[in-house]
Amino acid sequence: MDLFEYQARDLFEKHGVPVLAAAIATTADEAEAAATKIGGAVVVKAQVKVGGRGKAGGVKLAQDPADAREKAAAILGMDIKGHIVGTVMIAAAAPIESEYYLAILLDRSNRTFLVMASVSGGMDIEEVAHTAPEKLAKVPVSAVDGINLAKAQEIIAAANFPGDVAEQVAHVLVKLWEVFQSEDATLVEVNPLVKTIDGKVIALDGKVTLDDNADFRQPEHEALIDQAAENPLEAAAKEKGLNYVKLDGQVGIIGNGAGLVMSTLDVVAYAGEKHGGVRPANFLDIGGGASAQVMADGLSIILGDKDVKSVFVNVFGGITACDAVATGIVQALELLGSSATKPIVVRLDGNNVIEGRAILDKAAHPLVQQLDTMDGAADRAAELAAK
Amino acid sequence: MSIFINENTKVIVQGMTGSEGTKHTRRMLASGTKIVGGVTPGKGGQVVDIDGHQLPVFNTVAEAMSSTGANASVVFVPPKFAKAAVIDAIDAAMPLVVVITEGIPVHDSASFYAYSLTKGTTQIVGPNCPGLISPGKSNIGIIPADITGSGPIGLVSKSGTLTYQMMYELRDIGFSTAVGIGGDPVIGTTHIDCLKAFQDDPDTQAIVMIGEIGGDAEERAAAFIAQYVTKPVVGYVAGFTAPEGKTMGHAGAIVSGSSGTAQGKKDALEAAGVKVGQTPSETARLLRAILGR
Repeated sequence: MDLFEYQARDLFEKHGVPVLAAAIATTADEAEAAATKIGGAVVVKAQVKVGGRGKAGGVKLAQDPADAREKAAAILGMDIKGHIVGTVMIAAAAPIESEYYLAILLDRSNRTFLVMASVSGGMDIEEVAHTAPEKLAKVPVSAVDGINLAKAQEIIAAANFPGDVAEQVAHVLVKLWEVFQSEDATLVEVNPLVKTIDGKVIALDGKVTLDDNADFRQPEHEALIDQAAENPLEAAAKEKGLNYVKLDGQVGIIGNGAGLVMSTLDVVAYAGEKHGGVRPANFLDIGGGASAQVMADGLSIILGDKDVKSVFVNVFGGITACDAVATGIVQALELLGSSATKPIVVRLDGNNVIEGRAILDKAAHPLVQQLDTMDGAADRAAELAAK
Repeated sequence: MSIFINENTKVIVQGMTGSEGTKHTRRMLASGTKIVGGVTPGKGGQVVDIDGHQLPVFNTVAEAMSSTGANASVVFVPPKFAKAAVIDAIDAAMPLVVVITEGIPVHDSASFYAYSLTKGTTQIVGPNCPGLISPGKSNIGIIPADITGSGPIGLVSKSGTLTYQMMYELRDIGFSTAVGIGGDPVIGTTHIDCLKAFQDDPDTQAIVMIGEIGGDAEERAAAFIAQYVTKPVVGYVAGFTAPEGKTMGHAGAIVSGSSGTAQGKKDALEAAGVKVGQTPSETARLLRAILGR
């Protein structure tokens, strides 16, 4: 899960990373009140989970509370690369002398953690990495050893931070490691990390990505979910414990196993090229034990998607037995009754496939048709969606 | 021959007394795997009867190894306890640890992987994987043993069900070993480790490599193939239609910006001379053409 800037800022503050006073506002009134409380000049910043908001006009300096109100009114509701601004952060304005960059992330390629540090902060770090790679220090960090002060000092020296801030930055890096580790983050990025004209080092903007797999030991993270941005179908699926992603096509997909479902989406998209360009409507992995209830939950989510014109159930029975899946489909259709109206193409293979196919043949539900191969079934589902 | 496991591999099951552990111990035994015991901290000393096999339970992997001579372990413990289980196996210098558990926090998997490197005596497969099978010899994990038998194909895949699908497509030819390496961002055994082992295995004549979106493992594997692998390799990549920034089931299956795309992986594999199929079935046909079957 990616966090908003203000959520990252709050996590930083919780772990002792120096940040500026700030508050969030969803109306111009709230923005004015927040600016009054903070006092002096403030920065009004759009809270969107997308880069380039500064260039899009989503960050403005305000001289006083009345100005903050005006700026907030202009920014709230703004469309930044398809993200509508619903919240702004009002932060104290800091007179900046220098901008740096600091990040800790998961380095998948090397299967370790990595610190990236640069004295050229404030801009797009991929740009720095591309045009002036010598200005970006990359130092691997072992998940076993982590970052203590000595390691932080070594990294800061490698990145050539100036002597007057090196010690402060090293301490910030130790605190950022604490955020990274104790919050189960896969990315903690500060850009820019600034030196103010009175010599203080402050995290001015932050980006944090949290590991969803760690939710079981991070109960506080649930409150960070952006409910408003969740697709209602995705939210409903999550409530049922289903792994579902909404896409923009017309063929609803149900399968077992993430790899097979991804593959099914691709095969449907290829088949769709011959049928007016129809595409998969969703990713839905029902996982290992496909009970009737799971199948019913999955089917009802997919049939609740108004974009869906046909459904493709693609199951390879490994641990899952095809007769259980077939029974699940039959029972699901009974549960759904007349609310099920879209044609359903089923391809079963693997464990107990003969029994599974026989169950569907016997039920002879008017909406269900079976095909023997994945490619053939994808083609039929695409054809039905194109009608 | 086979890679990583063979008919002499003696396996202990970490988490054998749990419901998943028991269910899959039964399946592994039925497919001929030499299961010699289990590990559940606090339940040491018990003996569990699974289909007539009297399996001793130990508190630690070290005790299990010294009592049974086990040289491989398979981990079925829930995410919360998985790190401790794997560390226990590494501390015992268990040569092969297959981690089936899905949903382990990446800080935990990065940690036990880093720890295994410092010890240098344990190869980890997974986590979040179906395990590996050398049909007729040994089956460690959850891959169904009855899809196909032994043969000249080596298979390495990030995905469980695509592994099953591909084994099914090529069931008349058979496999030396099929390895499901897992779909998490940090895994112990990579495509490259398997490609190298298959290249060096005299019984493997051709290799199927299945990848998916996320990370750059397939690109690295492509570079490795160009440099090292002389046996024919066919490839398949899943996730062309996956949108940017969305996790597709597997924790590691995510396109970030322009990196980790299926197209990039396909291009890299093709540049290394690997024939890449558009669907699993077409990939199987490409392999048949190579083997002339």
